[in-house]
Amino acid sequence: MSARPPGEPRRVGYLYVLPALVVYALFLLYPLLHGAYLSLFHWDGLTVGTWAGLGNYAQALGDPELRGAFWHAVVLLFFYAILPCCIAFVLVSAMARSRPRGLTFFRTVLFLPQVVAMVAVAVAWQWIYSDHGPINGALRLAGLGGLARGWLGDFDWALPSVGLIGTWVEIGLAMVLFLAGVQKIPRELYEAARVDGAGAVREFFAVTLPGLRRELAVALTLTTVAALRNFDLIYLTSGGGPGDATKVPAYEVYDRAFNTGEVGLACAIGIVIAAVVFAVTAGINRLVGERA
Amino acid sequence: MRKPIVVLASAAAMALAAVSACAPGSGNEPKPKPPSSVNTDIAKDGPVTLTVWDQEVLGGQNEQMERLNAAFHAKYPNVTIKRVSRSFSDLEKTVRLALSGGNPPDVVEANQGYGVMAALVKAGVLLPLDAYDKVYGFRGRYPAGVSQLNSVTPDGRTIGSGSLYGVAMTGEAVGIYYNTDKLAEIGIQPPISFSQFEQDLSLAKGKGETPVYFANLEKFPAIHEFGVLLGQVSNKSALRNLVFGEGGAWTDGPVIQAAQRLQLWAQSGYFPKSVNAGKYNDSPSAFAKGEGVFLIGGPWFAADLAAKMGSKVRFMLPPPPNTGDAQPATLGGPGLPLAITSKSKHPDVAAAYLNFMTSPQAMDVVVQTGGLPAARPASAEPATPVGRDVLNAYRVASDKDLLVPYLDYATTTFLDTLGGALQEVIAGRTSPAEAMAKAQRDYGAFLAKK
Repeated sequence: MSARPPGEPRRVGYLYVLPALVVYALFLLYPLLHGAYLSLFHWDGLTVGTWAGLGNYAQALGDPELRGAFWHAVVLLFFYAILPCCIAFVLVSAMARSRPRGLTFFRTVLFLPQVVAMVAVAVAWQWIYSDHGPINGALRLAGLGGLARGWLGDFDWALPSVGLIGTWVEIGLAMVLFLAGVQKIPRELYEAARVDGAGAVREFFAVTLPGLRRELAVALTLTTVAALRNFDLIYLTSGGGPGDATKVPAYEVYDRAFNTGEVGLACAIGIVIAAVVFAVTAGINRLVGERA
Repeated sequence: MRKPIVVLASAAAMALAAVSACAPGSGNEPKPKPPSSVNTDIAKDGPVTLTVWDQEVLGGQNEQMERLNAAFHAKYPNVTIKRVSRSFSDLEKTVRLALSGGNPPDVVEANQGYGVMAALVKAGVLLPLDAYDKVYGFRGRYPAGVSQLNSVTPDGRTIGSGSLYGVAMTGEAVGIYYNTDKLAEIGIQPPISFSQFEQDLSLAKGKGETPVYFANLEKFPAIHEFGVLLGQVSNKSALRNLVFGEGGAWTDGPVIQAAQRLQLWAQSGYFPKSVNAGKYNDSPSAFAKGEGVFLIGGPWFAADLAAKMGSKVRFMLPPPPNTGDAQPATLGGPGLPLAITSKSKHPDVAAAYLNFMTSPQAMDVVVQTGGLPAARPASAEPATPVGRDVLNAYRVASDKDLLVPYLDYATTTFLDTLGGALQEVIAGRTSPAEAMAKAQRDYGAFLAKK
């Protein structure tokens, strides 16, 4: 019997992780690899596929329609990740400076969109944006009836309209993360900043923002992933239209695989999305969360 | 701390070895065997369970299937129908997976066109019905244009000829609904020519009405408006050739003319202002509330409109360009057809089911549950005026052979390509010629691949 110090890794440890590893391999690694493998074929899902090599990847990156879809994802990145984080910062710093009455209530209300099923969100916003919805009603009341339009059917406004739904959904997530982080920042730092004569803005950049680095990294990662794999909202609100105005890569994956029978191309787009998500989130964690 | 990576890598290697055995889809090539002899006396077949996938879930359609399935079981107590019903889009999305698997249903509703039915035929998962047609006379039940749409060459390359692969229970013909109260207010009669129809639209506009109610968020609805306009400037054989890929181009003069007319209508304010933002399925309720004097669509609106408007709504086929001209072509054809899968263990029972579901008695049930029967019913007549209009219109269109397939059957991606191009035309984003050039690129690429 050999004596080993407590805490030394032992081989039996692998046995403990085995169940999780099997599930992970079966439901994540295997589908991922199978998807990568399918992406190398021209396959309609029914007949025998033919070898395509990297042809599907060339099409995924070269086809102007699909490039447009990736560009739309970049636009949505702004609405899903950057805008909610900025708004959440404003809300949180306001709450951190003066604890308003009914904080729990506001926090709950702002977090609510995260809890509501995306289908309900989509249907509600479809009505809000519709020709007879409240936005157009308010515009007409204000005498701005000329600006009223069916927002989701307008070529220029459809993408920002969908993006703003994303902003509305993601603010709650970012805010709850930041609120948790702010409570860890020692109050002395704020007091010191104030003694040194810092205003609200200065205080934010000197104390709050550095203190929330980790939380910002987490919030940006989660919202970025949500932006890049955004499918449900597009599918339910605009179906990629009008024209191609709101097509995004994840929608194309679905459309190509299930509607048009281009399974290989769909897998290639999926792998590209996975690679982009991986690269962007890794970049975010290097830039924002490096000290974490 | 390198070891977990080793474990992960070996798991990955194992998974890769498992997937890289062969090309996707190989080892899974059913060869449809046309039956050598047909057994029609299925009552002696012993207990059989027939799995049927359909998409008849809306209103009366569900009742129609339930009543007919029960009647079939009553006639053949040895056959149990296991019905799986899904919405149209859910069915279309799962049907490929189900049919390429090892245990597909016996009977499926497979949509016409290159996207679904022709693709399934090419993969060899549907059974040609010609042998059964000889016994049951399926083709004789339908107008030629309707059977044609359910026919595909065995290689899946050409729709419109080859073997029969499906039989439809319901039929469709796109036409024009009108609100009789609104016509009276404006002081006009139902138009008897298309030029008169366009004058009526202008009159209606002048009275502050929305001439044509039209909701086009989903892209595909514009295909109906466009089809009606195409019928005015083109003819059925040219349109059929175009859709089946046997001649013509989307950049041909008449096609562009129709797109120009569509843009002109949009610019003249004949459609609601937010036409591309309206949800298609809301059309009947908006129209019933008085938005729109006319509504272009197929029989799928009839039951809803009749329930909401009673005798204040009527239906007509698109009128000829000028009084005295021949009746123009319009979009339409069979509804989703029932087809038999190659792997079905009971093809004869399935064929008897198809025969039963398209018999004149079954057509009576279709009429009684508010549907538009594809073949002639034995005796039933629709209960509402608009129901009778729709049935008469379909009969005229069938007898005169006016039906042209839905334009999106042309390629596997055409619903999106043409629909998107038409949205741009309606919004005035592109010229009709540019939009049709876009449609033609998709069409040309598809034909080159085919």
